[in-house]
Amino acid sequence: MTQETLKPQEKKALIELLYQLADDDFLLAFRGSEWLGLAPHIEEDVAFSSISQDMMGHANLYYNLLEILGEGEADRIAHLRSPNQFRNAIILEEVNGPGTYLKEPDYDWAFTVVRNYFYAVHKHIRLDSLRHSSYEPLAEAARKIMTEQYYHLMHWEIWFKQLMTSTDEATLRMTAAIQKVWKDFGGVLTLGPYYEDIVKANFIDDENVMKKRWNNKIEAVLKEVGASYPGEPRMERGNGRNGVHTEDLKQATSTLSEVYATNPATGW
Amino acid sequence: MSELKSSMTESVMDALGDVKDPEIASVSILDLGMVHEVDVTDDKVRISVLPTFSGCPALHIIERDIKKAVENVEGITSAEVKFVFTPSWTTDRITPEGRERLKEFGISPPPANHVMGEPWEIDCPYCGSTYVTMENIFGPTACRSILYCKSCKNPFEAMKPVADMG
Repeated sequence: MTQETLKPQEKKALIELLYQLADDDFLLAFRGSEWLGLAPHIEEDVAFSSISQDMMGHANLYYNLLEILGEGEADRIAHLRSPNQFRNAIILEEVNGPGTYLKEPDYDWAFTVVRNYFYAVHKHIRLDSLRHSSYEPLAEAARKIMTEQYYHLMHWEIWFKQLMTSTDEATLRMTAAIQKVWKDFGGVLTLGPYYEDIVKANFIDDENVMKKRWNNKIEAVLKEVGASYPGEPRMERGNGRNGVHTEDLKQATSTLSEVYATNPATGW
Repeated sequence: MSELKSSMTESVMDALGDVKDPEIASVSILDLGMVHEVDVTDDKVRISVLPTFSGCPALHIIERDIKKAVENVEGITSAEVKFVFTPSWTTDRITPEGRERLKEFGISPPPANHVMGEPWEIDCPYCGSTYVTMENIFGPTACRSILYCKSCKNPFEAMKPVADMG
């Protein structure tokens, strides 16, 4: 399928899917960038900022696909939407912890590792499906992103496994983080209200198939590190794919767009 | 292809050879295998370029530099640059000259035929030793890793291998 052969209903579903993909990467990349200078050690600072930069690039690729479909200029899509227009999962917009990166950041590294690892596992599953997408421009983008995301997944898997099997304190903190992430990670695994149209057009695999892949993988990893699988992840604070969000998203988008919004006509 | 068109294409390619990676000053975009197609029609040229890493902040600079270099070619009035993802840029597109120039810059070139998921060997770009350690798979730019040579005791960088995952 190309832009020209999309039926109106398919186009609507594709646009929804692209917003989900873009906004997921965009918000988590932003939360990652807030760690700059604060990561546990200098090598992690280098690695994490590189990963966040890649992810911002991935969001940009998807926003460009939206631009081609008539959603407006990519920069404007990223910077000038109101929170209810965002389609990212709620868990990805959550702050890293109390404080801000400028003032008394008391960020939670365990939460960051768990959230990023769980997300990276799902992102890999999603890309693996998207590279066969019926919409060729999306399949091409996915094949590109996959080569980079490979290193992200590897990175977070090492952190996850090592912290889960190190000191008692680490295990305790990681277990608490898993419980916290679990409450809302269901939001990442859903394709939202346009699910049926998205799947019918073969843009991506059925969400239930991908959910099962994710659950199987995480269950196996948890078993490997001696932790128990807590059952299906939930969606306690609502579905971000419906435009439901928390105050944390407002904080993220207003910080992100502070400069751009002062004068959108300028090239930043 | 007419003789005129082919000589124009040649001049454009020459000009592209002068467009360097802004973050690796000794290596051109031709060396890196980033140029996919060059299409000259009369006084216009369309160039499709394969980005190395999608979040690479140098892409805008590269686009500007290509336009500037090509529009200076006699007989060309305008150049259009388009970034495309098919075929995917992979590290085996780097030319033999490119690999040598990377080494001169202190960057070890990636293995030529890497299969994603498999281990890869990196030699020190200074002394050629294989006795090296990986300090950080991520580096100062998206495409590089940081290593240390245990033989000549030099820190160095290497390009991450990127292969098509199908």
